[in-house]
Amino acid sequence: MRLKAGDIAYEGAVWAVAGFAMLLLLAPTVVVLITSFTGEQTLKFPPPTWSVRWYMELMHSGELINAAWTSLKLATFATLACGVLGTAAALGIARSRTAAARLLDSLFMSPMVLPAMAFGLALLMVFSVLSVRLSLWTLVIGHAVICTPFVIRMVSATVQQLNPALEDSSFSLGASRWYTLRRITLPLIGRGVFAGCFVAFLASFDNVPVSLFLSDARTEVLPIKLWQILEASLDVRVAAVSGVIVVVTLIGMLLTERLFGLAANVQESR
Amino acid sequence: MASLGEIAPVPAPVARRWRLPALGDTLLALPLTLFFLAWFLAPFILLVVISLFDTAEFQALGLIQYAKFFADGYSLDVLWDTLELGFLVTALCLPLAYALGLVYVAGGPHRRTLILFLIMLPMLTSAVVRTFAWIVILGREGIINNTMLALGLWGAPVPLLYTWGGLVVALAQIQLPLMALPVINSLLKLDRNIVDAAEALGASRFHRLWTVIVPLSLPGALAGALLVFAASTTAFITQTLVGGGRIVLMPLNIYQQAVGVQDWPFAAALSVVFTVSILAISFLLNAAAQRRMRGVDAA
Repeated sequence: MRLKAGDIAYEGAVWAVAGFAMLLLLAPTVVVLITSFTGEQTLKFPPPTWSVRWYMELMHSGELINAAWTSLKLATFATLACGVLGTAAALGIARSRTAAARLLDSLFMSPMVLPAMAFGLALLMVFSVLSVRLSLWTLVIGHAVICTPFVIRMVSATVQQLNPALEDSSFSLGASRWYTLRRITLPLIGRGVFAGCFVAFLASFDNVPVSLFLSDARTEVLPIKLWQILEASLDVRVAAVSGVIVVVTLIGMLLTERLFGLAANVQESR
Repeated sequence: MASLGEIAPVPAPVARRWRLPALGDTLLALPLTLFFLAWFLAPFILLVVISLFDTAEFQALGLIQYAKFFADGYSLDVLWDTLELGFLVTALCLPLAYALGLVYVAGGPHRRTLILFLIMLPMLTSAVVRTFAWIVILGREGIINNTMLALGLWGAPVPLLYTWGGLVVALAQIQLPLMALPVINSLLKLDRNIVDAAEALGASRFHRLWTVIVPLSLPGALAGALLVFAASTTAFITQTLVGGGRIVLMPLNIYQQAVGVQDWPFAAALSVVFTVSILAISFLLNAAAQRRMRGVDAA
């Protein structure tokens, strides 16, 4: 096979753009990690001196620890809610071709395309009309809605690959529906459920537009706290918090990858 | 006998009044449907209702808020800027995602794993963290300015943070995974034979990309474009931190009206107009892509 000039130009162009894209994907995470070990008060890059002082500082930042704790609780409850409801719904509609099932699927996916700011404001109005006081639970409701699409997508992807014959044989061997669900269906789609919940958890932990309207002084969440700190001054503590988040997420990602093949699930669900 | 105990006894068919719905039974979606009716659809309906009040004191009904929106040039400009931002970010993401996708599809398992990891890395690290990284990169003493000064290419630091260009690039990086995953998936599903046929017929590689690969992978690009567009127009944190106070876009505008000014009817009207604009653009994009794809089928 002889190489033509056009082929070389093509390869070069594709690789140049792809290389730039890969650099773009990787750089911010690396930059944050490096910056978090600066010994200075500023975000100068590369840091002139090195230290772990900003990580030490975190341990004395009560308001940041409180906010992180609230965010963790919130993400846990929201993931539980949308994990259970979403998995049931995906089991119900993923393999159905009926118009009702398609309509429900679009409904459950729509929080991903509608402006989340508008939804946050709308939900605040609902609670205000119902005279419900804002609390962790009102936040959980909002986050559960926003995170549902991730669970629906990933669970649907595994349900669609499920061989219906396995369940039919379970029924024909006399197993009850509950028993079949517990022993056959759930173990088979477990990967998808876990991957969906993992991404839903991160989406909740990261959510700003909904929390912006639904969190108050008692339920301050981490991303909003960080945003306020950054709006006021470019505080280096944010770099340390970011470092912690990046490392914890990476560990979670590698564990999930090991146990459940997260990458494969994300890929399948698109 | 322990192993026999694993097998459940045959259920008695007579006594059972209610049975657990089977897989594929739409009834399983009922709890989530009710949850969404109460906490997703009802809020949006209430949003429309509140936008129809004339004053912040909720006295008379009318379309005054919408008249206000279209009469004062400011709000309309803000909406326009927001949509423009969405388009620019999407346009920047498309070639990046395609290049990644082409390199991914052509590669072996190791390269594929590496690229997938690179794509998922920013997806799984918080948006605030990514935004923060861009502040470090674009700042006055940031990486780009320091590098350009050190190389002697720039005489003085160039403002990059709090500019429109900086915001577009930062958002494109932050939203790129949303575009890259569906594009890669589309490219994987592409029938190699068609590309090979084009090659056999003498089409150059650029020609094949443009006339065969891109049209056939349009569904993935469309899905990605819709997600990137929606996500970048509503990315409050990145818009306010990288864009700065001078670039006001719809999310900040809604937030200021709702929380700052406490004018709920106007904030509601802004949200309704914003939501309808996003939906309309999604619908138009979808329709355009459908037409293009039908054209490919017919050809």
